[in-house]
Amino acid sequence: MNASAHIDRPQSQTVHTGHKTNTFKWLLKREFWENRGGFLWAPVITGAIISVLYLILAVIGSIAGRRAGGDSFQITDEGNMAATLGGFGDGVLLAGVLLAFTVLAFVVFFYALGSLYDDRRDRSILFWKSLPVSDTQMVLSKAVWALLLAPIIAVAVGILIGLSLWLISALTLTVNGVSAGTAVFTHSHPLKIIGGVLASLPVYILWALPAVGWLMLCSAWARSKPFLWAVLLPVLACVIVSMIRILPGTSFPVDKVWYTLVYRGLLSVVPGSWYPAIGLDPTGGQEINSPDQLASAIDLTTSWQAFATADMWIGVALGVAFIAAAIYLRRWRELAD
Amino acid sequence: MNAVATNTDATNVISARGLRKAYRSKLALDDTSFEIEAGRIIGLIGPNGAGKTTALKAILGLVPFEGNLKVLGLDPRTQRDELMRDVCFIADVAVLPRWMRVREAIDFVDGIHPRFDRAKCERFIANTQLNPKLRVREMSKGMIVQLHLALVMAIDAKLLVLDEPTLGLDILYRKQFYQRLLEDYFDEQKTIIITTHQVEEIEHILTDVMFIRDGKIVLTSPMDDVAERYTEVLTTSDTIEQARALNPIDERALPFGKTVMLFDGVPRQQLAALGETRNPGLADLFVAIMKGTYA
Repeated sequence: MNASAHIDRPQSQTVHTGHKTNTFKWLLKREFWENRGGFLWAPVITGAIISVLYLILAVIGSIAGRRAGGDSFQITDEGNMAATLGGFGDGVLLAGVLLAFTVLAFVVFFYALGSLYDDRRDRSILFWKSLPVSDTQMVLSKAVWALLLAPIIAVAVGILIGLSLWLISALTLTVNGVSAGTAVFTHSHPLKIIGGVLASLPVYILWALPAVGWLMLCSAWARSKPFLWAVLLPVLACVIVSMIRILPGTSFPVDKVWYTLVYRGLLSVVPGSWYPAIGLDPTGGQEINSPDQLASAIDLTTSWQAFATADMWIGVALGVAFIAAAIYLRRWRELAD
Repeated sequence: MNAVATNTDATNVISARGLRKAYRSKLALDDTSFEIEAGRIIGLIGPNGAGKTTALKAILGLVPFEGNLKVLGLDPRTQRDELMRDVCFIADVAVLPRWMRVREAIDFVDGIHPRFDRAKCERFIANTQLNPKLRVREMSKGMIVQLHLALVMAIDAKLLVLDEPTLGLDILYRKQFYQRLLEDYFDEQKTIIITTHQVEEIEHILTDVMFIRDGKIVLTSPMDDVAERYTEVLTTSDTIEQARALNPIDERALPFGKTVMLFDGVPRQQLAALGETRNPGLADLFVAIMKGTYA
């Protein structure tokens, strides 16, 4: 790489003053090398399986439809049909993204939980610590993957899954001679959906921060079984509070305790888990009767309302504190069992 | 920085005073003090649980401790990030991450280490059976150490710490390990600290030796001085009483009525009269000094 800079000097005496290092970039690469199975292949393989199943279903459906009597699908009201199919297209696109998000929730949960524990258990932390990498950089590179890069990959893969399902739907309908089959293309709103999904990313980062922070803290702290610490501690605390309330004369806001410790502390890694919290379901509370309503309901920019809640920002503050504590523990904690 | 400091007036690479570290109730470092100069290869030798690894971990800033410790002029507790640019270590065999490929390991260290010489590392790798696509989990223990050593030797560090680097390796890999280290890495700018139980194998490459016992340094000396200070005498039944009068620190019987005695600080000419004299092996000296450790 930079050998040319030192070409006139004997190798052994080379002083590497010109050696460019970009530590953080390489730390991020390192995380990807180690976890590409979870970050990339898990959503890709899930998407491929679902697409193939959907395709098989479409073929079987087409064949069954023909046998049942050919063109019984002929619809008179073409306009309404087109709108319905457009809405169906939107739904299929969104389903792809939701699929990738479901995978993401599991991946992020277990990644964060293992991120600062696994290398202490297999002792490879001693190798990382023999290199000029600060513990802060190390921990932050893992947080960036959990909160930013893994979700970005999930969104990208999710959109691809959605598009492939969308394509299969449209082709199936067209091939079967449904009169308005192309309406899946013409009457759906792919850009709106993709835009909405992308817009929800910043919300996810901040919303998931306390949960990811808690999981990483447990990961940095536990001598063994980080999963038990991370999950049992909050759940048991909630159960105990619930039991205490059975005593006469005590009044704990039990639901709030459960919400704080379990929902925000653990389940916030699930994309979209902010909807119930901001008193909004993603459909905007309205019943979906017509395809148009579905299209507008899918407007995920409603996510941004989460920024206006104190809940969000208290979570962010706690998340930052958890990660700071994880950095401290990373510096001094010894090997795991 | 201070790279221009010459050997003669170089400040000590490590300067430790009154180190203390307790695990639960046991003291791993007990008022430990020592100095290490640049350009030396030091063997830190002690029985199990004597505090070797703790001392090394303290030097590397991996454990908290009390006392005054400067490594390359820096405090490993508070200035570790800066320190690690000039210090490298192999803490144990087989600590490379199992998922990593040879190529990835080289890319990563090249990417983050300002003193890494990629060409040198690739030259070392070329002399082994390692190929770029091989993963650590597919390697034998010996190959993992070869990779680790290739990475570390390509780093132009001022201090290299090796904690039992050859544990569990066969004799071929062990010999090769120390040979490479001596031929391709060590020079008068560098300092190497080694701990191992295989004392005989590193004896000939050490310039200095430190014995540690119960968290205290019980002997620290250049190897040349060790040879001067300690003498082994092969006594026969005729001279045995005479020899015992000179207070040997250790004696062990050999077949045919002969006894080997180890003397500390008795002039060699005087001992020559009692029988055949020779320099004691480091292992025998170690056994003599550590007598009663597990009693």
